[in-house]
Amino acid sequence: MNPVTKEELIDFIYTEARLLDEGHYDDWLALWLPDGHYWMPLDHKQSDPHLVTSLLYEDMFMLKLRVERLNGARTFSQKPKSRCHHVIQRPFVDEMDHEAGRYVTNTSMHYVETRLDDQFLLALTATHELKHVEGQLRIANKRVDLLNSDAAFGNIQLLP
Amino acid sequence: MSERHHPLSAEDIDAMIEGHQVHRDVYTSQRVFDLEMRHLFANTWVFVGHDSQTPNKGDYYTTQIGNQPVIQVRHSDGEIKVLHNRCPHKGTKIAIDREGNTGKFFRCPYHAWSFKTDGCLLAIPLKKGYEGTGLENTDNAKGMKPVGAVKNYRGFIFARLTEDGISFEDFFLDSLSSIDNMVDRSPAGRLEVAGPPLRYMHKCNWKMLVENQTDTCHPMVAHESSAGTAVKIWEELGNPEPRPPAMQIIAPFMSPYEFFENMGIRTWPNGHGHTGVHHSIHSDYSAIPGYFEAMCDAYGEDRAKAILDENRHNTIYFPSIMVKGPIQQLRNFIPLGPDKTLVESYIYRLVDAPDQLLARTAMYNRMINAPTSIVGHDDLEMYERAQEGLMSDGLEWVNLQRLYPVDGEDFSEEAVENGTTERQMRNQFDAWRKFMTATMRHCAIGTPEAAE
Repeated sequence: MNPVTKEELIDFIYTEARLLDEGHYDDWLALWLPDGHYWMPLDHKQSDPHLVTSLLYEDMFMLKLRVERLNGARTFSQKPKSRCHHVIQRPFVDEMDHEAGRYVTNTSMHYVETRLDDQFLLALTATHELKHVEGQLRIANKRVDLLNSDAAFGNIQLLP
Repeated sequence: MSERHHPLSAEDIDAMIEGHQVHRDVYTSQRVFDLEMRHLFANTWVFVGHDSQTPNKGDYYTTQIGNQPVIQVRHSDGEIKVLHNRCPHKGTKIAIDREGNTGKFFRCPYHAWSFKTDGCLLAIPLKKGYEGTGLENTDNAKGMKPVGAVKNYRGFIFARLTEDGISFEDFFLDSLSSIDNMVDRSPAGRLEVAGPPLRYMHKCNWKMLVENQTDTCHPMVAHESSAGTAVKIWEELGNPEPRPPAMQIIAPFMSPYEFFENMGIRTWPNGHGHTGVHHSIHSDYSAIPGYFEAMCDAYGEDRAKAILDENRHNTIYFPSIMVKGPIQQLRNFIPLGPDKTLVESYIYRLVDAPDQLLARTAMYNRMINAPTSIVGHDDLEMYERAQEGLMSDGLEWVNLQRLYPVDGEDFSEEAVENGTTERQMRNQFDAWRKFMTATMRHCAIGTPEAAE
């Protein structure tokens, strides 16, 4: 099995963002390992997801619920639907452990979400912990740090 | 009752509240909002913060009472003071960070006037420039003005802006039993704030949020998309046990009407009340190992059971907070405008209880109260649609008639009723009228107080 290249890691991050922007959520969920968590801290440089509040700390059940809800007939906050758009900077590859098949990337992004006449912009840094499993890169964990995580927000309905 | 040009009188306010309905101006009018800030939020006891947010001398925390910027600070004698956040000189806010430590005194960053942490003026640079000017005879020379009255109730800091008015005990009466129960759930009888609050901006009137806390006929409708889908996914997975956290926290919202009817609503005078008299959506959480034992050691088995058998759902402390005793959570509805409200959701650690309890509380907070919450999304959608819909002139009145007794009702007595009644909303408006108009009736027409 050939070791994962830096380019493959970077392509993976771009592909994930595109799946979210195009709303291919089933394909997006399939990128994840079953025990992964999507974490969006509330506090700047927060280190603990459990004993203080986060914006998100979601297991696969919650993520599946979140994306299934988007298509529900009675999902009132998605009538009409939101749309989102990621503009991403070239990811840094911070860790490459070929032996363990573990990789960590750090990616700056601008995230735009819109619905009706409202549109907002979030600046964020995404940290992906990726694992190489059975020839595929998978998301083991993802952390999204909003630049203004401590600000007051209205609804953020899709996934930055 | 559309926006007119003469100042609103106490009689105008009275006319907005009828037993079973309220005029939409209470949610949409800028002039009503201004009166709420001047009278309602000044005459009532409003939540400020928790004393564990300012544990050491000189620690401060900035917030608002209504639209009034204030500082909660731990004074050199160990007591909590609440001061208007305004330099008496030119009005500069003394502190703008959300929290910090100021040491022994506050110092205005503009001209270096300094103040003790109880607000008293300490020093003015080049003070000789005020000799013979009469400065010492002004209110400005006294320092940073304290609010009218402050009460630290088992760690929760409340303040009344007016110098004179109803006492803390007469205002809250037996409703304090919900705070008691929340604090008693700590084996040490003490809570500590756990991290910063969620901050969620709502383009709607603050009262819609307060009403929704005891609205038991909306969860199975507005939250079908989250709670109903959670149940569906769980069943598709073959009903796995232990149930995923989302099933414990979100799925109870899909409980049938009978569940909410039977849970009961209790109202207290002055606008306070709670859902979940007999049981609640918090009743069936799994036991945390070691917790009951710690409670028995602290209180004895009978008392521990009595504390833990209370499963009050949402308790409204009128006008603007809600607490959930069983999960140590407080939501503060901060009014920013007739159509703008900031909701801050705090969680607290039960001192000497297992961390797993706090982990569940933090999970509840992010699953339900975050701007990223799939439950919060549908609530906000409803509030904002209502705020926009109320601009329709098709009807001017908002209906609060569920289980309304046609011969009227008495809010001066505690009552327990069917859990789907809108009595608590009516109770809030009864208190709203009382505390809005209490000081309005004293103001002579034509004074700046009355001229809106």
